[in-house]
Amino acid sequence: MQDAFVRAAERWPRDGTPANPGAWIVATAKNRAIDRIRREQTLVRKTELLARAQELPEDEEAIIPDERLELIFACCHPALAADAQVALTLSLVGGLTTPEIARAFIVPEATLAQRLVRAKRKIRDAAIPLRVPAEHLLPERLRTVFAAIYLVFNAGYGPPVRRELCAEAIRLALLLATLMPDEAETHGLHAFLLFQDARRDARVSADGRLVLLDDQDRSLWDAEETEQARAALDRALSLRMPGPYQLQAAIASLHANDVTDWSEIALLYSRLLDFTPSPVVELNRAVAVALAHAAGEGLALIDAIEGLDDYYLLHSARADLLRRLERNEEAAAAYERALALAPSEIERDFLRARLLQEQRGGT
Amino acid sequence: MLLIYGSPKEWDTRTDDEVRTLMDGYGRLGADLRSAGKLVRGEELQPVGMATSVQVRDGDTVVRDGPFAETKEVLGGFYLIEAETLDEAIDWASRIPDAQNGTVEVRPVVDHSESA
Repeated sequence: MQDAFVRAAERWPRDGTPANPGAWIVATAKNRAIDRIRREQTLVRKTELLARAQELPEDEEAIIPDERLELIFACCHPALAADAQVALTLSLVGGLTTPEIARAFIVPEATLAQRLVRAKRKIRDAAIPLRVPAEHLLPERLRTVFAAIYLVFNAGYGPPVRRELCAEAIRLALLLATLMPDEAETHGLHAFLLFQDARRDARVSADGRLVLLDDQDRSLWDAEETEQARAALDRALSLRMPGPYQLQAAIASLHANDVTDWSEIALLYSRLLDFTPSPVVELNRAVAVALAHAAGEGLALIDAIEGLDDYYLLHSARADLLRRLERNEEAAAAYERALALAPSEIERDFLRARLLQEQRGGT
Repeated sequence: MLLIYGSPKEWDTRTDDEVRTLMDGYGRLGADLRSAGKLVRGEELQPVGMATSVQVRDGDTVVRDGPFAETKEVLGGFYLIEAETLDEAIDWASRIPDAQNGTVEVRPVVDHSESA
């Protein structure tokens, strides 16, 4: 702080006393600190210092926004393994402690600590740059950043839902959208996470069973967060640069309406397939088509999907459509298959309830 | 260090035209590396049948015919370059013609000249 006072003494007679001398001094001290950071040779030292710089008071944030963007890209560099990207981002950008991150991903603290050490070492020794990637690299590099943030959110969304982790992912998404306001997909990701997070309390029923979106008690949805999500989506759409996260957010937005426009949702899933072809997206589209048009049409689409034979949701979706078509024996077989493949007790309970309905002759 | 890996089967079945295109690519890359002052050394290695593995175990030198690992892709050549950042190295690596069908491993060289 001393040299800030020296600077003040030098500058004030010349420039006049600033309106808020206290803030100016803190700001100058911080600027000097940042200059010192920038002159540091070793990247690891730099990132550690910058991490500490994050801890300075919130109202001074405007002074160092740029370095945080560089840091995000360095942490999410594709040369680092995905789990290292996530751990590093949470540590250096999110400011989480090693024990906190270890708990979040249910790994031993020592493992997490090693992961961070190795990642920082790689950043230093492989010369991963502390820079926003060049224009032509930006689209693919942004994708890895989005993927890392989404991994954090998913880890928190469960079920069971762990609020802190979801909140951290949303904080990171908001930070990214703030630092790259002209990139539509940053707002798209932010919106998408907010829509999902808004539904967190309705996801699992009182007795711990998974509740599908359409069956959810909407009074449990966070209305304010849904509004924030819509605002973020609007920001994205106003930039007229469509992308997969915006599409997913738009689909979530449609789901949040009083009446679900399934045909619009089916259309959006088709567009999403253009960006991110994936059997899971094909499945979601098939379900939307079934609800928008006819169960038979949806079933045909599902049966054409390749590569999801071990995915429990495919079989439960099939079962559902078979039930609607009153092909009850086939529906029961599909539910059995889904049950056998379900990953956790919460999903199994949900499927068992549906299977019971099915065996009783359906509703 | 940019290590160029590829499949010998793929290399051996190239047409004359493909080889010409490849050599043009390497020629241009080499010229650009040189004029940028980034090239330390680059070589194409002789086919993997010419490889000999050497290991020393318990004081005995074990010499064997063949590469270190019997894999589908083998080391075909390398470039030792100067690059400021990993992204710069990746950029050069992506221009290696054999990166199209093979793999280039980018690995930093240990700088023994640095003082702790």
